Amino acid sequence: MTTETLRTSVAARRQSGLSWARVRPLVIHIVLAGSALLMLYPVIWMVVSSLRPGNEIFRDPGILVKDLKIENYRVGWNALTEPFTRYLLNSAVVVLGAIVGNLVSCSMAAYAFARLEFTAKKLWFAIMLLSIMLPIHVVIVPQYILFSRAGWINTFLPLIVPKLLATDAFFVFLMVQFIRGIPRELDEAARIDGCGRAGIFLRVILPLMVPALATTAIFTFIWTWNDFFSQLIYLTDPKMYTVPVALRSFVDATTSTSWGSMFAMSVVSLIPIFLAFLLGQRFLIKGIATTGIK
Amino acid sequence: MSALSELGTLGRKKPPGQKKDNLAAYLFLAPWLLGLFAITIGPMLASLYLAFTDYNLIQAPEWIGLENFTRMLSDERLHNSLRVTFTYVFVSVPLQLTIALLLAVVLDRGVRGMAFYRSIFYLPSLLGSSVAIAVLWRQVFGTEGLFNQALSVIGIEGKGWISDPSTALGTLIVLNVWTFGSPMVIFLAGLRQIPAMYYEAASVDGAGVLRRFFSITLPLLTPIIFFNLVLQIIHAFQSFTQAFVVSGGSGGPSDSTMFFTLYLYDRGFGNFDMGYASAMAWFLLVIIGIFTAANFFASKYWVFYDD
Repeated sequence: MTTETLRTSVAARRQSGLSWARVRPLVIHIVLAGSALLMLYPVIWMVVSSLRPGNEIFRDPGILVKDLKIENYRVGWNALTEPFTRYLLNSAVVVLGAIVGNLVSCSMAAYAFARLEFTAKKLWFAIMLLSIMLPIHVVIVPQYILFSRAGWINTFLPLIVPKLLATDAFFVFLMVQFIRGIPRELDEAARIDGCGRAGIFLRVILPLMVPALATTAIFTFIWTWNDFFSQLIYLTDPKMYTVPVALRSFVDATTSTSWGSMFAMSVVSLIPIFLAFLLGQRFLIKGIATTGIK
Repeated sequence: MSALSELGTLGRKKPPGQKKDNLAAYLFLAPWLLGLFAITIGPMLASLYLAFTDYNLIQAPEWIGLENFTRMLSDERLHNSLRVTFTYVFVSVPLQLTIALLLAVVLDRGVRGMAFYRSIFYLPSLLGSSVAIAVLWRQVFGTEGLFNQALSVIGIEGKGWISDPSTALGTLIVLNVWTFGSPMVIFLAGLRQIPAMYYEAASVDGAGVLRRFFSITLPLLTPIIFFNLVLQIIHAFQSFTQAFVVSGGSGGPSDSTMFFTLYLYDRGFGNFDMGYASAMAWFLLVIIGIFTAANFFASKYWVFYDD
């Protein structure tokens, strides 16, 4: 589609230079806006369908709501053994724990890698970079055995404790990159004023790396909120279900006749991500542009 | 810029720096080191050991040598899961990257509202791995789904795309292509690095849009293309949630969406065949390792470094 535009742009310029120059931005905008709408259409349609009576969902591919019904939300909220509030709270606990864990542990490791000299630094740094690319599947079976021996199945500990130990190494890398951009003269000045390593970290580096911390917090929020694999494995008691696990069991338990309430709860589960996206796009875009993490 | 290029520069000598500060450094690294050994390296070694055992979580692991691996040789479902995964990776990654690159180039050429479009195109990357979107996909490509409703508007009769083994994987490929926003943002960052004077010089020489794209943009962007390629391949090999939810956890219809990771989950956590699952996990690691190494090897021939 886009090569087509480029090609026609070349052809058009040869024929009538001036007029194409005027039309070109318009054509590009139509193509871009069209693709954007096409991409988001299913999501918009889902939000609309969650407000429709069930039988209309299969008839109407449009996105106009004739009579607004929030019945789907009421039904969906109470469709499982626990009200949906419970799953939202469970997810909130896991997400908060993961954010605090990542912020504390990753920033500490990043400070050491970016500012301190120590034995075998290059080796550790290489291991840290490689661990970013390690598939979780290679460690999940023994991790499961370890956590089940510890009696942590059906608790949030297997989902939070690893974050306290900086296992999300891409955030370490992101923060290292950020700290490298902070002038070393600031460290020196603080040292002359009598700051030790911990003082420099807490009073100079941490306050200056707030953008990197925000990026980490927002990515951790979205990934943990979305995470399905590990939550599916560690949480089997419906009382402990997080939003994705609850949503999935909802899908399995119901027939296609209740698409409306299923969509309603899907929409509820996406709202926090959407809000995080709105508040944090600047950090998100910067985060992937500098490190390539998703 | 990236973790990959960072790895490449590790060997280079640095100017002599400050004196060593081992105690403080290792204290700061303590949480990460503990995690590395207790949650990553320890379990890796344990799973390597378990790969040579028969272990069901209740009885002690029994050493069976290479039996898990010979079993993999004759396991038809595993072969099928490899076929499914390879198809998914080989079709969706190039498609996703091509669209990401083309849109990045269009957006980079001073389109007004670029930041707005960038955000809109990026949004699906954040939503794509959620259960909610997988639920949506089930409906969209179902028999009475949105996609068929749209087709009927233009007079085409659809079918159950997800319930038909020949098209079910295709719907998951579409879902992965849909999340092209994150590689697109990386491409956009890369395009910013190309000096404008190259384009000006080429224009003076009379090079057209296509010529400039193929002679300037594409060669100078090869390190970023390479980076995206490596990352997206690693990522696609590990896809799980979408196939799991769309197929109701079964990898169906007829195992047509049985990703390698889904089969691994089925063996390990569905049947508690932990030894076999561990052997599969190591096999996956080796596959991903070979692909990454092959990518690095091939990159010598097509990736162009300006420095």
